[in-house]
Amino acid sequence: MSDNPIVKISGLNKWYGDFHVLRDINLDVAKGERIVICGPSGSGKSTLIRCINALEEFQEGKIIVDDIELGPNLRRVDEVRREVGMVFQSFNLFPHLTVLENCTLAPIWVRNIPQKDAEAAAMKYLERVKIPHQASKYPGQMSGGQQQRVAIARALTMNPKVMLFDEPTSALDPEMVKEVLETMKKLAEEGMTMLCVTHEMGFAREVADRIVFMNEGKIVEQAAPEDFFNHPRSERARAFLDQIIH
Amino acid sequence: MTDITASSFVRQDLVAERPAPVKTTGFIGFVRTRLLNSPTNILLTILGLLLLWYTVIPAIKFLLVDAVWTGKDRNACLAENAGHPVGACWPYIQAKLTQLIYGFYPEAERWRVNLTFALGAALLLPLLIPRLPAKALSSGLFFFAFPVVAFFLLRGGGLTGFGVSWTAGILQLFDDSIANAGQAVLNLSQTSAIGPLLWVVGKIIVLIGNVVYWLIFPLTWVSDQIHGLGQSAWVDFLITTVIVSLILFFLGGGVRTGWRALIESLVTFAGIAAVIKVMGLDHGGLPLVDTRLWGGLLVTLVIAIIGIVTSMPIGIALALGRRSTIPLIRIFSIAFIEFWRGVPLITVLFFATYMLPLFLPGNFTVDGLVRALIGVAVFTGAYQAEVIRGGLAAVPRGQAEAASALGLSWWKTTSLIVLPQALRHVIPALVNSFISLFKDTSLVSIVALFDLLGSLHASFSDPTWSTPTTAFTGFAFTGLIYFFFCFGMSRYSLFVEHRLNAHRRN
Repeated sequence: MSDNPIVKISGLNKWYGDFHVLRDINLDVAKGERIVICGPSGSGKSTLIRCINALEEFQEGKIIVDDIELGPNLRRVDEVRREVGMVFQSFNLFPHLTVLENCTLAPIWVRNIPQKDAEAAAMKYLERVKIPHQASKYPGQMSGGQQQRVAIARALTMNPKVMLFDEPTSALDPEMVKEVLETMKKLAEEGMTMLCVTHEMGFAREVADRIVFMNEGKIVEQAAPEDFFNHPRSERARAFLDQIIH
Repeated sequence: MTDITASSFVRQDLVAERPAPVKTTGFIGFVRTRLLNSPTNILLTILGLLLLWYTVIPAIKFLLVDAVWTGKDRNACLAENAGHPVGACWPYIQAKLTQLIYGFYPEAERWRVNLTFALGAALLLPLLIPRLPAKALSSGLFFFAFPVVAFFLLRGGGLTGFGVSWTAGILQLFDDSIANAGQAVLNLSQTSAIGPLLWVVGKIIVLIGNVVYWLIFPLTWVSDQIHGLGQSAWVDFLITTVIVSLILFFLGGGVRTGWRALIESLVTFAGIAAVIKVMGLDHGGLPLVDTRLWGGLLVTLVIAIIGIVTSMPIGIALALGRRSTIPLIRIFSIAFIEFWRGVPLITVLFFATYMLPLFLPGNFTVDGLVRALIGVAVFTGAYQAEVIRGGLAAVPRGQAEAASALGLSWWKTTSLIVLPQALRHVIPALVNSFISLFKDTSLVSIVALFDLLGSLHASFSDPTWSTPTTAFTGFAFTGLIYFFFCFGMSRYSLFVEHRLNAHRRN
């Protein structure tokens, strides 16, 4: 079991109408591995990680998450989603619920945990992201960085085995990027399996075990961060790095 | 740096006193700055005052100053007897008040209407006041228990059976209709060109009817046995209680976790038993009052409240259906909404009242009031559906995505995340529909139901009270009643909106 990759993507193909978004993606993620997916915009990074918890459907291939197989018919989607936490670019906190209610909703309604226990657990996670004292506020009353940290806590309350991050810092003011990245770093240190789409190359260099570089729906290059940043092998990756690292 | 030091200084002597500035606060300030601050505004102020003068003053004069307050018949409200120009003729309202409220509801039974009003108000209040606890219990009582109790209170009548007999009855009706359809096809096959084919189809349908008959036979047999006994309602009630409670017990998880469901079910049935006993439903209940005798405010409130309460679930279902990815559901919802929105309410009411009976089987009749109610509910439901769809469209797609990413099913995502936000967006539009529904209830008077306005019209024909101002008095009075209810709804909706949108205030 522990030898098996926790996420195994094989032969994944996806089309939007006639447009071939993902082409023959094969990717194995070991338990506890931290992967950063980068690439130019429109290269299919977000689509790829959204396929992992079935927010996007795909036409060919299969994805196995923790021994649960997800084919194009998405039959076991609910089981997969319970094991996979997701953090979005635009936070997607529920604005009509307080921070605490945001964090207890899924445990109560999906895992049938009694409200008191769910609240205690949620407070524990809010402490981990350092905002326990804001629990009774509404998301609209918080800063972007705080909202994103609540979103991370909310995903953690379901005890996911894998966390997906879809450009978690792209919608934030520069000042708030750091607090979110710190939270993610702490999570990585605790041994969480993470797949992260991001343009924060500093974070990638420091935290990632492996960089996956995508272009035009294909995985172009996979390498350890040191190799990728210092000796990119593909032409496209070299051009990409020239553009974003000044 | 040097600039700042150069500009700093210390005051050496006191500033001399000055006269107070022109007043900008208080009443005078308000008049100066808001009403008389420019030639256009002065003109508008004068026009406004004139408008008030020509509307408010005559209204007060008519309703209060020139009004006649006491009297026994029309003579009191005639100018030559009163000695001054006569305004509102209030004794007429006093004399007709019962008709305006109860219609032709028999006088001896009117306490039942009053009791229903009181019960409704008492059950509605705990729902409307947010601070009171046990919302689930109060909404259960108001939305499920109250309508049943109100039905037996207002209409009267009792029970001869309960769950078992009802189920058996419905299934039997269903089976009969299958058998009838089969027989009809068989008859047709003797004259038709494709006779053999129809004969086969008819035989199959009759066969299905027979199979269904034997499938439901145990139930109908039990039902017949129950009716053979003396206390049929109670026996049936007990059997239903046992069956439903056991089903809930096992659905709730059996011996492990089902006890709560079992207890809740038993408590509910005990409550139903208490109602049956108190109202004497087991031996006939209260005397029947046909809905044709109902009238006045009673009918207006019954139609408005049932219309409002039933149109919401219809609207939500249709709005969700219209956004569904399943083509059959989507097409049905679109067709349903567009059909009912495209037809005037008067047509709907006419259709429901005069055409529907032609389509129903001969021995199957639906009460006139119920027909109008269904028409109003479906019509308003179609409008609500579009309002709610607007609200659904305003909820960002990321909300549903985040909820399903947390593992919530479609139903939970919709009911916990999407709908609450969607409905908050459209409270003003929803209440708009409620208010217009409340006033549209007056249209039922064209299908021979006497609502508040209909009863008023009927009272005009009484020669005892025919005076020049009778009609004006009546319309003023009913207008005030309509305004009272609509303004109440409007204010309450503002309160709800303010409370539910706490998250949008910083």
